[in-house]
Amino acid sequence: MQGAPAMQRYSIFSLLRNALSHHERWQAAWRSPEPRPAYDVVIVGGGGHGLATAYYLAREHGITNVAVLEQGWLGGGNTGRNTTIVRSNYLWDEAAHLYELSLKLWEGLSQDINYNVMFSQRGVLNLGHSLQDMRDIHRRVNANRLQGIDAEVLNAAQVKAMVPILNTSPGARYPVLGASLQRRGGVARHDAVAWGFARAADARGVDIIQNCAVTGIRRENGRVVGVETSRGYIGAGKVGVVAAGNSSVLAAMAGLRLPLESHPLQALVSEPMKPVIHTVIMSNAVHGYISQSDKGDLVIGAGIDQYAGYGQRGSFHVIEGTLAAIVELFPSLSRVRMNRQWGGIVDICPDACPILGKTPVRGLYFNCGWGTGGFKATPGSGFVFAHTIARDEPHPQNAAFSLERFTSGYLIDEHGAAGVAH
Amino acid sequence: MTQPARLRHGGRINRDRPVAFTFNGRQYLGCEGDTLASALLANGVHMVARSWKYHRPRGIVGAGAEEPNAIVQLGEGSRTVPNARATQVEIHEGLIARSVNCWPGLEFDLLSLNGLFSRLLPAGFYYKTFMWPKSFWRHYEHFIRKAAGLGEAPTERDPDYYEKFNAHCDVLVAGAGPAGLTAALAAARSGARVIIADEQSEPGGSLLHARESIDGLPAVSWLRRTLAELAAIPDVRVLARSTVFGYHDHNFLAIAERLTDHLAEDRRRGPRERIWRVRAKQVILATGACERPLVFTNNDRPGVMLASAISIYTRRYAVRTGNNAVIFTNNDSAYATVLDLLDAGVRVAAVVDAREQPRGPHLEAARQRGINLMAGSAIVDVRGRRRVQAAVVASLGADANGLRGNDTTVVDCDLIGVSGGHSPVVHLYAQSGGRPLFDEGLAAFVPGPAVQTQRSVGGCRGSFALADCLREGYEAGTAAARETGHDAAATLPPGPGTLERHDYTLRPLWRVPDPPGHARGARQFLDLQNDVSASDVLLAAREGYHSVEHVKRYTALGFGTDQGKLGNINGLAILAQALGQDIAATGTTTFRPNYTPVTFGAIAGRDLGDLFEPIRLTALHAWHVEHGAEFENVGQWKRPWYYPKPGESMHEAVRRECHAARNAVAMMDASTLGKIDIQGPDAAEFLNRVYTNNWHTLKVGQCRYGLMLREDGMVMDDGVTSRLGENHFYMTTTTGGAARVYAWLERWLQTEWPELKVYLTSVTDHWATIAVVGPRSREVMKGVCGDIDFGAASFPFMSFRDGTVAEVAARVARISFSGELAYEVSVPADYARHVWKALMAAGAPHGITPYGTEAMHVLRAEKGYIIVGQDTDGSLTPQDLGMEWIVSKTKDFIGRRSFARADTARPDRKQLVGLQSADPALVLPEGGQIVDRPQWTAPVQTTGHVTSSYFSDALGRPIALAVLQSGRSRIGQTIYVTLGDGRVAPATITHPVFLDREGKRQHG
Repeated sequence: MQGAPAMQRYSIFSLLRNALSHHERWQAAWRSPEPRPAYDVVIVGGGGHGLATAYYLAREHGITNVAVLEQGWLGGGNTGRNTTIVRSNYLWDEAAHLYELSLKLWEGLSQDINYNVMFSQRGVLNLGHSLQDMRDIHRRVNANRLQGIDAEVLNAAQVKAMVPILNTSPGARYPVLGASLQRRGGVARHDAVAWGFARAADARGVDIIQNCAVTGIRRENGRVVGVETSRGYIGAGKVGVVAAGNSSVLAAMAGLRLPLESHPLQALVSEPMKPVIHTVIMSNAVHGYISQSDKGDLVIGAGIDQYAGYGQRGSFHVIEGTLAAIVELFPSLSRVRMNRQWGGIVDICPDACPILGKTPVRGLYFNCGWGTGGFKATPGSGFVFAHTIARDEPHPQNAAFSLERFTSGYLIDEHGAAGVAH
Repeated sequence: MTQPARLRHGGRINRDRPVAFTFNGRQYLGCEGDTLASALLANGVHMVARSWKYHRPRGIVGAGAEEPNAIVQLGEGSRTVPNARATQVEIHEGLIARSVNCWPGLEFDLLSLNGLFSRLLPAGFYYKTFMWPKSFWRHYEHFIRKAAGLGEAPTERDPDYYEKFNAHCDVLVAGAGPAGLTAALAAARSGARVIIADEQSEPGGSLLHARESIDGLPAVSWLRRTLAELAAIPDVRVLARSTVFGYHDHNFLAIAERLTDHLAEDRRRGPRERIWRVRAKQVILATGACERPLVFTNNDRPGVMLASAISIYTRRYAVRTGNNAVIFTNNDSAYATVLDLLDAGVRVAAVVDAREQPRGPHLEAARQRGINLMAGSAIVDVRGRRRVQAAVVASLGADANGLRGNDTTVVDCDLIGVSGGHSPVVHLYAQSGGRPLFDEGLAAFVPGPAVQTQRSVGGCRGSFALADCLREGYEAGTAAARETGHDAAATLPPGPGTLERHDYTLRPLWRVPDPPGHARGARQFLDLQNDVSASDVLLAAREGYHSVEHVKRYTALGFGTDQGKLGNINGLAILAQALGQDIAATGTTTFRPNYTPVTFGAIAGRDLGDLFEPIRLTALHAWHVEHGAEFENVGQWKRPWYYPKPGESMHEAVRRECHAARNAVAMMDASTLGKIDIQGPDAAEFLNRVYTNNWHTLKVGQCRYGLMLREDGMVMDDGVTSRLGENHFYMTTTTGGAARVYAWLERWLQTEWPELKVYLTSVTDHWATIAVVGPRSREVMKGVCGDIDFGAASFPFMSFRDGTVAEVAARVARISFSGELAYEVSVPADYARHVWKALMAAGAPHGITPYGTEAMHVLRAEKGYIIVGQDTDGSLTPQDLGMEWIVSKTKDFIGRRSFARADTARPDRKQLVGLQSADPALVLPEGGQIVDRPQWTAPVQTTGHVTSSYFSDALGRPIALAVLQSGRSRIGQTIYVTLGDGRVAPATITHPVFLDREGKRQHG
């Protein structure tokens, strides 16, 4: 097995040292090797979740004969298209524990992988606009506190103090009655998450192979033996599929049908401006969510298009509805301009929770169904999925997210917790 | 206040109309017709900005949408606009603008210190540092955020408004330059319905500064004639100041029209902007091309401009952009600028041409005027900091990757015009779904095959010669019109006059070699707005960020408000070279909407405030307002919440209302319940499938409560349905669930059970429904209705009668959501107020009391009646709610199959129970979680929560409903409810029905 070169550490000192040589001596962040004939584990999908899985397979389980196959460029799917919100204030224990595991990993991630992912714990507010919203907020905050997850209920005045430009007038169409606040929530730099995990996984020997599309999943006697790819057949002891919007396509290659619907989900950014929004604000009822990036863009999530499809573009009317919601919530942003919009494909389960586990094909594992909220789970998802692959049994934190729950009925209905109405 | 750099003659500005404006606190004069950029240049102001990262002085580079530098904050207070491009801002009297992202000011900017540390700030430096100590990121980030960003968002409410138009047309033309105009002309002459939109203040595009003539006329005269002809043809709409910013599926395009920003504030009327949503049968893209800068050291100094921009400022705006120019080009088009400068009396110190043997018609014309041509050369460095002082020129090696020797020539100048060729504006084509292809001859991306019914013509398809633009436009307009059924008028396209064919020989030059002794590409800027230099792209390539998307995201190349219109192509060519692959294989980043930024408010339109979502009011709303009701939002509805009397608290009002309902009579407006009229021979069978209970047995004249489940067996809605006839039912749903239920029913009918003959009509708004509730309700009803027998036996519970109430035809049902003797009176909505008042009058002797949703909630909770969505959350079955009695064992219905699933059949599921607070003064908080012990440490498994909680007047103490694991088997046990702040409150588990468990009252 070819050894990976020692990772060049990033720090202010290495930056200084390299400045002297005009930054012409930096190593590649990851190698781009030719695929080997076979690996112990092949991860299909080079987004954040797939790369995190490879990293934790190497770090936690010592499994380094691993390839991550990406059909395009690393982080080019939903990892690079989401609105980067990180939080763990989910309603149900199972979901809360999974996302909290992830949040805890976020809190040390930059140091762990020696790549600044700019995890910024600027707090996440979920607004309540009706009496029922407030009941649900109280319920969720109480539930979070039972799980040891930080959560608070704010009244309208407290929300206004945190977000002065928010319209909290009682005369608003849907006045803000209060909010839940998770102070440990925030945002992170999405591309950096993919790159940082790729670099850290590569340093532990994982082969990261871009421009390598999986076209088939080869099985023998009910067990996976490898994958057909655009760069030839690659043998695999185990295969973990982490392909987000394309998961059902890959599942079909293994003769599986997953309870997923793939929909376009759009997002948009404003032009960059001086800081005006300092926290993450989400509203289910008025349906908008917003934060401001370190570069100064307002990052705004739109709703899903109701039709199913794999095109990474959506309809204009969804953008119109989203900006109406944003201007309704923040009337002073009316004259701000929208710079750019884009779309991704979200894979949505009937209960708005992911599928993370084994499949009827031995040695084949799926990690999908994150819907509109997968980014926040990136490190946690990789951590428990690596465990599932390495041990051929789920980690306690993803046991509930098996495919079997759709047979048993053990659904974890998080529609209310999702930022986006499904 | 003269305009020192204003030419005495020419241009399209109006010298008789001076316009005063303010820039960075100083007053200037411009002319009507100026942009802010042209007016500043006319005043000799070149340096207008500081760069984003290093705060280097920056000047105006372009003359249009591609401008990366001249970003300004417009106006003050509520009308301020961040990040306006000075090149696209028309000046008006009183205009105020200032530079952004510099402090304390443009001239002295503190953060220009960053430039000293620029070596420490290469692309992606922040990924490599700020990680220690761990807790310090928030402090680092604080300063990063303050330093980032350009303009400032307004902090006041926008005083303007915006609107939207929807339009259909045969042919939509994007861009009114020469190609777009002939396209529109041909289509219009053929009789097609045409919309032509252009982002500038007047149509014409390059014709507004062209040297050429058309049909023997100067270009601007031909333009005037053409616009007059278009204006005379009906069904042609010419939109100026209108940017086609989005090209979506099915030939749906969005246009932003700016209506008032170019006017002095006191002359503005009507909406500020208008979004056109256009569905076009045929689209013709004529969006032209962007000139490309050349990449050389210190190419960002104020005074370095696009050659074409110099021509535009000279000929269209009559501005002298400098006194002593050097032109640097790799193609012939910049020689037109040389001619323009010479015509304007500007000295051209040198023309530096990268080509070894330059040729071309403009060059020949310029040669005749006498120029200092430095062929096979390049500008390798620029002297001067706040303004260009000299160009350093060197000889290029044969492959342009190196210099021929170390000799340089310093040419003094105050203006450098650059042309690296042209990039067709393929943005809209790419947005339509097309993939641009790289044309080696043009060294540019051009449109590939059309994906929608669309054609690209002229500059945006790589045809840069005027003759080609005119001809292609005309042909496309003719063809597009023909495809929409309009046969073309056989007119010849206009032809150019003076100049023969354009000769576009170009020597690709993506990056000029570094001058001797310089680091590789450190000050060779690609993206001026984001301070991305060639060395940043090389660093990205070196570090493995090979995808063009990675380079964009790692370096911020093309991330600005100009989205890389100028510099992206150079960046990806440098990347391609670094990776040893060709440009075609390297590809472009994705072109996405918007072409240029669009105002949030315009896209939001009028859907704000009270129009954000429809406000639904019942027919009785005015009465409720008159009688002091407080309202609650329920879905889109405003419902009376309670009716406080003067000085009365909510608690007191609700107690009074409940007391009347339980002891005398009370009345509420129940009109918001969803109402669906169901007809057809299979109506009963249909209900049998969507509800858990049996509907074939319901007799005409009877009502029945139904529970609706999702496929997974969980409760999704409930309501009472009446059988009006053998094949005719009347369903009610929850207020908030009405639309969802209606869509659900239609979905099953249309997609799963098309064989059923059933027809649904939403009649929610047609009927007003008044609930008359309480032991005295029968007397009240008798007082207003003489033709219904209200005898307890002849008009039993859960039946209805048609009759006349207060002389209005009405349907009266004996239904109760309070557990009291109660009637629901439904009348056509127009009669609601009359009937309501009649009931109030008839009830007055009994003390009839109007009540709102809060009292309704208390009354139903006393009876243990659920509210779907409050006591349920999509995770509860009928069995969980103690409602097995409504689930048929003998027939199939939606959700039934799921009851057999292991988890749904689990014995320890959550179940609906009652709670009695130990503290008789404490109303338990709704949303409180239930724990077994008063002390707990996280994590604790959640086992249930309080769903509803009130003070019960009838019981004289608080009551609560909750769902709790195995709750029904735990009645009598003590549990603890979390109060959200670490404290808990003890409570006893009880049966969920607190009052009249036998139901005597409602059957009375």
